[in-house]
Amino acid sequence: MKPLQLSPQAERVPLARATTAPPMELGKWALGSMVTGYVLLLIILPIGQLLLTTLEGGWQRFIAALTQPHAWFALQITLGLALIAAVINTVTGTVCAYALVRYPLPGKRVLNALVDLPFAIPTAVSGLMLLMLYGPKSWLGKTFSLYGIEIVYATPGIVLAMIFVTFPFTIRAVQPILQEMGQEMIEAARTMGANRWQVLWHVELPTILPGILAGFTLTFSRALAEFGSVVMVAGNIPFKTQVASVYIYGEVENGDFVGAGAVSIVLLLISFGLLLYQNFWMKRQRFGWWERILARWTRRKERAGELENWDI
Amino acid sequence: MNWRIGISSFTYAWFLLSLLGPIGALLASAVDEGASRLWAELFRPEALFALKLTLLITVIVVVINTVLGILTALLIVRHPFPGVTVLNTIVDLPFAVSPIIAGFMLVLLYGPNSLIGGFAGEMGYKIIFALPGMIVATLFVTFPFMVREVVPALQEVGTYQEQAAQTLGASPWTIFWKVTLPSIRGSVFYGIVLTVARSLGEFGAVLVVSGNLINQTQSATLYVYQAAADFNSAGAYALSLLLCATSIVILVLMESMKKYQEGRQA
Repeated sequence: MKPLQLSPQAERVPLARATTAPPMELGKWALGSMVTGYVLLLIILPIGQLLLTTLEGGWQRFIAALTQPHAWFALQITLGLALIAAVINTVTGTVCAYALVRYPLPGKRVLNALVDLPFAIPTAVSGLMLLMLYGPKSWLGKTFSLYGIEIVYATPGIVLAMIFVTFPFTIRAVQPILQEMGQEMIEAARTMGANRWQVLWHVELPTILPGILAGFTLTFSRALAEFGSVVMVAGNIPFKTQVASVYIYGEVENGDFVGAGAVSIVLLLISFGLLLYQNFWMKRQRFGWWERILARWTRRKERAGELENWDI
Repeated sequence: MNWRIGISSFTYAWFLLSLLGPIGALLASAVDEGASRLWAELFRPEALFALKLTLLITVIVVVINTVLGILTALLIVRHPFPGVTVLNTIVDLPFAVSPIIAGFMLVLLYGPNSLIGGFAGEMGYKIIFALPGMIVATLFVTFPFMVREVVPALQEVGTYQEQAAQTLGASPWTIFWKVTLPSIRGSVFYGIVLTVARSLGEFGAVLVVSGNLINQTQSATLYVYQAAADFNSAGAYALSLLLCATSIVILVLMESMKKYQEGRQA
């Protein structure tokens, strides 16, 4: 009979705790372990297995696999061509973003929608498209071969493929910054007598530089990794068009997992480095910049006595 | 004024040269083959099989990736734990990994000679060179999309409404279905669209884990690759055009989503 004598409040408190708090904790644990398990199986364990398989035979074996002429050439050519593609796309992408934001181009809506097309088209199809445009049977391919220039199954084809698949990165990285920037700073500079070039160098470029750098980093790391379009356009010719991803594929097919693993690890280190740089260093840089402006603003307001009533 | 003309015409020229040129070239070559030929190619048993396989993989991947992507985003935003920044970086890793390397890593971990793959093999399941491996490979490359779309949405929505629902006595399950999910549904839809686009088009990772066996593990992109390598150009064009058309539909969907979201913000 005793429990009945408890007051309604006393009864409600433990009940409420029993129905809401423990299930939330349980749910949090279930959620945490489920996500951790998934990420472990999908991402972390595969990377661990790659390191394990490649480095099992010791560092000498790793270095030997890496300095093998085919592998070394593939790495060098990949880095070089990805750099070329990234430079071209960063410059052209910045110009295109500028035009798309600043100028009333006819058909701007369509152009803007087209930018994302290379992301949506499967890379194998992109490769086929380039093959049709520059291939030996095409009008352009014939014209170039007349002058002794090889495009398809040669290095220019690789660069073209890399440029096509990374087309959107720089445009999409620079566009929002330009849009956010607005006209005020430019007009201010113009009223102070700056000419077009001075505005570009001292006002616009410094503002959009983070976007340009982000676009360059993304383009470069995507170009390093590209496989589908490159293998379609350039094939798999050792010491000529065999880029790192194509080399890795070949070694996997041959069953030489250490050879494939060594090149994979080098590529992964470069991409992870760029990703970390992108995620931490650049964000902190931008964040630090904002912090400083906000701190200065707060100090000024404090000095003016405006912050007394603010609840910060 | 000259400045403007120069930059504008450069932009048009660059779009024409590097985007519309290749697309136009594919279209022109396909037209050369003739529509009836392409239509017939589309209904070859191997091509139909590849399309069905791609569709099956896409549906399964979208379901798994949506559920686990939302759960991961919920964990990152709503229940941060020590080390959540590490998880946040790991989510982005698939973007940095070349698809070929992704496939290779999965072959090493789940292949017939590995611990997990060997165990599954004894139980009678094949992971690599079979459908499960292709699904896992596609899951790997699409993992960041949903998380990256939903995390900012969850941050933006905040917890006020969820707290209000909780004080009114709603269970966590009800809160999720009635409050959280409706408020992030735009981002979830966007994430699904991106996942579909990537799943339909994934090539490198799927090529390595599938073994590219005709009528068994040959998806649509692998079929295009094989057809081009075998000089079956009509077959390659037919499936390429279909995949391209799908990409364009997806792109239009994305654009309309963007407009819808902008409209809502304004």
